[in-house]
Formats: sequence, C-alpha cells, structure tokens
Amino acid sequence: MDKLDFTLLKEIALMDSIPTGAYNIRKNGESAGRFSTESIRIENKTDKPGIDINIKSGTKGETVHIPVIITDTGYSETVYNDFFIGDDCDVTIMAGCGIHNCGDGESRHDGVHTFYIGKNSVVRYAERHYGDGDGNGERVMNPETVVYAGEGSTIQMDTTQIRGIDSTYRKTTVVLAKDANAIINEKLLTHGKQYAESDMELVLNGENANGRIISRSVGQDESKQVFRPCVTGKAKCFGHIRCDSILMGKATISSIPAVAAEHPEANLIHEAAIGRIAGDQLIKLMTLGLTEEEAEEKILEGFLGE
Amino acid sequence: MLEIKNLCFSATDGAEKIDILKNIDLTVKDGTFLVLTGPNGGGKTTLAKAISGIVQPTGGKILWNGTDITDMSITDRAHTGISYGFQQPPRFTGMTVKALLQIAAGGRKLSRLDCCNYLNKVGLCAADYVDREVDTSLSGGEVKRIEIATILARGSGLMIFDEPEAGIDLWSFAKLTETFRELHKESDATIIIISHQERIISLADEICVLSGGKIAQHGNRDDIFPKLMAGDINYGCEYMRKGN
Repeated sequence: MDKLDFTLLKEIALMDSIPTGAYNIRKNGESAGRFSTESIRIENKTDKPGIDINIKSGTKGETVHIPVIITDTGYSETVYNDFFIGDDCDVTIMAGCGIHNCGDGESRHDGVHTFYIGKNSVVRYAERHYGDGDGNGERVMNPETVVYAGEGSTIQMDTTQIRGIDSTYRKTTVVLAKDANAIINEKLLTHGKQYAESDMELVLNGENANGRIISRSVGQDESKQVFRPCVTGKAKCFGHIRCDSILMGKATISSIPAVAAEHPEANLIHEAAIGRIAGDQLIKLMTLGLTEEEAEEKILEGFLGE
Repeated sequence: MLEIKNLCFSATDGAEKIDILKNIDLTVKDGTFLVLTGPNGGGKTTLAKAISGIVQPTGGKILWNGTDITDMSITDRAHTGISYGFQQPPRFTGMTVKALLQIAAGGRKLSRLDCCNYLNKVGLCAADYVDREVDTSLSGGEVKRIEIATILARGSGLMIFDEPEAGIDLWSFAKLTETFRELHKESDATIIIISHQERIISLADEICVLSGGKIAQHGNRDDIFPKLMAGDINYGCEYMRKGN
C-alpha cells in the first residue's frame, strides 16, 4: 500500500490508515489486506471473484470496510460481494471504489453487492465512488446493489459519486419485509462529458414497510444524467421519492420517478425538481460577502451535503 | 455615514421608461435608526437594493463612510459593511441554518451557542432550527426570521431590513421589535428598516417617507410620526389629499 492507495482510500472509505474492525482491501483484483473479527468473518468466494461477509446475529457497534482500488490502467473486473447479516445487529459498512487512471486504457469496476439482512437489524451502508488520474483512459464503474431487508430491519444506504467517474450505470433493488425501513440517499455530481445512469427499485413487500429515496444531483458542463427511481407498494406501506437536481452549463438531466401501488393501502409520493441555481440565491450569498463563484460553491456544498 | 446624492433609477417596460427613483437625496448619520416607509410601489425596496448593489442606479451617487460605492459590486459592498435582509428571502435546499449563519458571520467562527443566540433573537427556538435545512419545509415566516438572524450574525455597520415584519406572527413580531430596540441600543450600527408597522416606526430616530420615487418627508420621529398617524403626509395623490 502506497501514498496513492491511501489517497484513494481516504476519498472512498474515509480511511487514513488501516481501519479498526473487519476489513478487506482489494487492489487491482488482488487482496491488499484482510481482517476478520469474532463476529464478522470475511471469506473468498469459491465460484466467482468476490467475498462473503458473514455477520453474526447480535453484532452491535462494529464496522466493516471493503474498499476497492484500481491503479493499473486498462484493468477491468466484475466482483460479487455478498453480506449475510444476522438478526438484531447494528453495523456500519463502508464500501466504495477509487480508480486512478493515468494511462490510456479503460479502467473499470463492476461490483455486485447483495445484502441479506436479518430481523430487527440496523445496517448503515455507505458507498463512495471516486476517480482521478490524468490519463486519457476512461474511469468506469457499474455498481449493482440488491438488498433483502428482513422483518423490522432498517437499511440506510448512502451512495456518493462526486466527479471523477466518466461513465456509470447503477442498479439498485431494495426489497422490504414487514415493518422494515429503508432510507436511500443518492448524491451525484457529473462534469465534463461524463454520463451517469441510475435505476432504482424499492419494493415495499411487507405490511408497514417504509421507504424513502432522496436523490440530489448536479450536472455540470456537458454531462448527462438519467435517473429512474421507482417505488412499488405491495402492502399497506409508505413510500416517498424526492429528486432534486441542479443544472449547470449545458448539462442534461432526466429524472423519471415512478410510483406503483399494488395494494389499496399503499401510500406513495413522488416529487422531482430540476433547475438552475436561482439568481436570488447567488445574490443573497453575495450580500453576505461571497463572490459569485464562492456562492455557487457554497450552494452546491449544501445541496450535496459535503 | 450614508450619503445618497441625486439618485435615480429607471426601468423600461417595452418602449416605456418608468422612473422608479427620482433624484433621491438622503443622508443617514452613523448609528441612526431610520425607518423608510410609504405606499407600495414608492421605491423603498429599489432604494435598499441600490444601496446594497443589487440594483445599479441610472444616475447619482452613493457614498458610504466617505467612499463612493456607486459602482462597487455586491460582494465588495458587503465587505465595506453593508448588509441587506431580503423582503422575500430565497431558500437553499440542503444548506443548514447553521451553515447559512456561518456564511453570514464570515471569518468569525460561530459556535452552536452563538447560532442559538441569533435564532432566539428572532423568536425561533434554536434547538429546533439550527440543524434544519433552509428549504421548502420551512414556512415563509420561518425563512424570514432566519433571514433577519443572518443580518444579526453578520453584524455590519449598515444593516438594511426590508419589511422584516412581513409574514411574521404576532408573538414573534413582539420579540422582533424588542430585538431591533436592543440592536439600536447596544450597537453603533446604522439601521435602516423598511416598514409599515407602527411599532417599528415608533422605535426610529428618523423617518423617511418615500412615495412615487421621491422623498415626501424626512425628519425626526417626533416630527413625522404624528403626521403619519394623522394621515397628514402628502403622498402625491390628489384624490387622497382632497380627503375623499
């Protein structure tokens, strides 16, 4: 592990050093470090690339870091990580992928994460994507996340991709059982000629399931974004989609939320707004002493919750 | 000292030129609490925006502490100590009240307690608001009070408040008038408040009545206030002057 590796790790998993608790660091397709604890066991898959993360029932207050970094230009991989989380857990999982591409080849990481969450467990899952390097090679990430949230469980999923990734297609499916909760926060900033597409499906399967999708995105320059969040209510449930996007430069954003009620007591809402930064927002911050550029920066910082 | 000399502002509506401010001359000495009042459309907000740089006058000059600021940017005027509380403040999705107050305070680092103090001064229970986002989840009155708190946090030499009472409930309004009274008593700041409220007008050292883009009256509160109350000010409307 060198300085560049830690720069990437800090961006994606907020790691300054080797973390405490269980971890698995994957670098250019190989393990660059792994540690299992008594409650959290990390093992290689035997049939395909990737790992199984087994978390014992009753595990509370523990953290798992599973960052992936790619520094070899032209390297491409598809990885499958499965999380088996027992009942009554309270855990935080930090994932994410950082690509440093200073060559001409396309560097690409396709990660498929599947979560099986036991009864009454609380899981916080944070995934950050980051790219840098001055090569002409594209930095590509196509993450897929599937969550099966058990009865009474809670999943909070925060996905963040601020600059750096040239092309991404994200697919997320979250299925909630009875009394389960999901909060999905997606934050995205694209610039240059980047392209980002996200399909998100939240299925409220059990009675009193409660799910929210909150998406905030900023499109700059000539970048393009397409966002399709969909909530399906199959029981007495509550679902809410809220998408806000800021358009800058010549960027284009399509936000296509959908709500589908397949039960008479499904209560579903969607809200979507796309627009440029309002002139009075900039002027207000300028009257507080910021320049126009600083005001724009502060507005984006607040919007993306950085 | 704020000196406004022969200030004019005209807008065009198609081919028609509309004079919004007509040769305004106004001097406000340091530490003065001036209320700017008068009928709707009289030019009060335009004058406040011209002072803060949001509107560029078409003629005349504005001097602040002897410096000609007429051509200065909004940002530079803010740095010279001019702040303006909007009549209809914008909202900022994702930005917390604390973050907005911190921007207002500039380089001075605000503690949570500092933020709470500013919010309390505008009648907001700080614990409920400091971490909230300044977005559409807040009512108009709440956003308005947060706006006033940003001006208090900025602590400029010239504070302009544009109809601070608009949209604010009766209970909070009482708190707000008390805050303006204290602000005037405890700071050296020059305060200009655009208002139609008797309770705010009665706090002022000076009252300036702007009507039809001109100053109809300007003087000490004790001279102008009784006339305002009695309806003796000539707003330039023939119909009203005839007592119809």
